[in-house]
Amino acid sequence: MPDALSDHAVDNLRYIREAMERAAAFTSIPGWGGFAIGITALATTALTEPMTAWNPRRWLAIWLLEAVVASVLGGTAMWRKGRRAGTSFTSGAARRFFVSYFAPLIAGAALTFAVVNGGIFQPLPSIWLLLYGAAFVSSGAFSIRVIPVMGFCFMFFGVLAAFVPLVVGNLFLGAGFGGLHIIFGLIIARNYGG
Amino acid sequence: MAARTAAKRAARAVESAIPDLDRLIHEKTRLAIVSALAVNPTLTFNELKAILKTTDGNVSAHTRKLEEANYLTCRKSFEGRMPKTEYSLSAAGRRALERYLDHMEALIKATRGT
Repeated sequence: MPDALSDHAVDNLRYIREAMERAAAFTSIPGWGGFAIGITALATTALTEPMTAWNPRRWLAIWLLEAVVASVLGGTAMWRKGRRAGTSFTSGAARRFFVSYFAPLIAGAALTFAVVNGGIFQPLPSIWLLLYGAAFVSSGAFSIRVIPVMGFCFMFFGVLAAFVPLVVGNLFLGAGFGGLHIIFGLIIARNYGG
Repeated sequence: MAARTAAKRAARAVESAIPDLDRLIHEKTRLAIVSALAVNPTLTFNELKAILKTTDGNVSAHTRKLEEANYLTCRKSFEGRMPKTEYSLSAAGRRALERYLDHMEALIKATRGT
């Protein structure tokens, strides 16, 4: 009986932890949406690679268009996944997730404007990867465990992209926004319900 | 069926092993409500229902018992025309959860030491 008592107490503690995790986490991160964003980002990388040398303004315009496409894809997939699971987008966990997700992205938009205004394009891949990664590291505290890991991978590519010319930085964008979205999108879709 | 009977037997054994165990939050649904509110300043009725994956009646019955014990505070308001009920954990409720966790840890230590 002591073993049964101990097991029951352990089960109770596990039950409490799971209830707390369920209540504190925003879980409607769309795996298939991330996968789709990865595919469009790989296409954008291939399309823009020749432009890095002769027309960086057009390179920037196409990546900004890709950001809009990715936002629509991600937003729609998140809304559909949330609706299917009955997740509230206004709960405390969701609010904390979105605030910490969007704060680094707003910083990224401001820095993009400032850098482009100065006629420089080389730091953009690094800025985007670092701040997009930071968005997932910070918001990941209120979501599923794989999210901060994905954020750190983006930041790692961002650090590398800081030291290379735009022609190589664009490839890091492909590796991050393309490769990481596809890999982590599949992991999330497989393990976290789509 | 056998597993459920064994679990019930173990639950009763826990109750008899710890005479001052808080039976109010020893019940699974109420334990989940208190745990969820321990990591959120407030949760609405619908949020609790989604977290617990249970019925309106079940949430209503268990939150009422916790309210009667002063473990929860409840605030009713309107969002547009829709009634909104928000719950938060009281200081007494937080203390009860801490005591319950202490009891479970003590039980594990005691039984693994034997």
